[in-house]
Amino acid sequence: MALTVKTFGSMSEAAAALASDRTARFISGGTLLMRAINEGDTSIGTLVRSTDTGYRQIRSDPSRVEIGAGARMVDILANRDLAFLHPAARIVGGPAVRAMATVGGNLFAGSPYGDFTTALLALDATVSIQAAYGGAQQMPLEQFLQSRDRSSGLVTAVTVSRPASPDAFRFRKVSRVKPKGVSVLSIAAHLPATGGRLSNARVAYGAMAPTPIRARAVERALEGRSLDAAGIAPALAAAAEGTTPATDALASAWYRREVLPVHLRRVLLGETG
Amino acid sequence: MAKTPVQFRLNGSDKAVFVDGGENLLNVLRRGVGDMSAKYGCGQGTCGVCTVLVDGEPQLACLTLAETCAGRSVDTALGLSDGPNLHPLQTAFMEHFAAQCGFCTSGMLMAAKALLDRNASPTREEVAEAISGNICRCTGYEPIINAIMDAAAKRGGGSNREQGHARV
Repeated sequence: MALTVKTFGSMSEAAAALASDRTARFISGGTLLMRAINEGDTSIGTLVRSTDTGYRQIRSDPSRVEIGAGARMVDILANRDLAFLHPAARIVGGPAVRAMATVGGNLFAGSPYGDFTTALLALDATVSIQAAYGGAQQMPLEQFLQSRDRSSGLVTAVTVSRPASPDAFRFRKVSRVKPKGVSVLSIAAHLPATGGRLSNARVAYGAMAPTPIRARAVERALEGRSLDAAGIAPALAAAAEGTTPATDALASAWYRREVLPVHLRRVLLGETG
Repeated sequence: MAKTPVQFRLNGSDKAVFVDGGENLLNVLRRGVGDMSAKYGCGQGTCGVCTVLVDGEPQLACLTLAETCAGRSVDTALGLSDGPNLHPLQTAFMEHFAAQCGFCTSGMLMAAKALLDRNASPTREEVAEAISGNICRCTGYEPIINAIMDAAAKRGGGSNREQGHARV
């Protein structure tokens, strides 16, 4: 069945078109939507596109970075100011997927996909949403992820704070096949410390719930602690708290919970392997 | 349902086709303009057999909305050879037995071309990364990586910076 494709010059027109048609989906890189269409998803009747070039722009200043939702993984990798996000962008798909997949689309990727969003979550990202009629609104990424399937507006950008230092932000994707494999799980951590003591740490997991999630019990257990074996022991004990991983072809829920503390330890202690 | 006219360049030649709403580039190539070099494998972006270059970048034709290619340049494996003269990558694939059933080959060639066009003397690791989105179920990846390394060397990309034969 043929679909209707509607192309607009501005994001506000696209948002209005999206809101007026229940079968409409906004298409950006296409790696999620075209796949659904190829598989015969009949809930999609209209594809809405935007040729607004601002939608792809990346604006950075010393403290914050605003990434247009249409920026692709290759655009992140080509931007030296975003070096802290390169490890998370580099593990998305293969080269062709990275030349297509966008930051905005990644927010909608179902588990076990969406590892880039896991990194954004640990950086306290804010999502900019263009409402169907009227202005734009901002929403914390964590809140957005809880309601993304019911979201009526159009995601236009994601804003993140720069990590306190390059070493303070860490990302790890665990997959069975290298260099390209789907996640068993992924972990992102922002670990700002003063005088060797952690303060306001952020830890996020991918593939440990239907959407990327914050590991709040781990964050609480890290407060005021140091990054050594004794300091992180309570955090490791709380690693799986609040997780609801899936059993899929890659790993069982049991396996994901079992290996989670091992990989969390490696992230926190900066171990490789 | 109305069809939409789309004009693009395919391997250097202008093409104009009518596409269905939501039709992917792979369908347009295979059914619309008769270029059968890119294959339909998974339709999910997993196997890489439909890899083509759009404005020089590798893309998966099965996940590319055809209408987004309007005014752009698409290159497929069909455009690699110059008449009877094979592209150095094609020659190297032949000499290194990098094709068995051949189903993955056109996607591998385009993924490799995307790499060599921007990095004339890649390491084995960079070659493995470049074809990481392409699945081969026959030869394994070693002959393919060897072929791409050889093509790079023979194209004048200089010596291979890393001569080892690490398993990938």
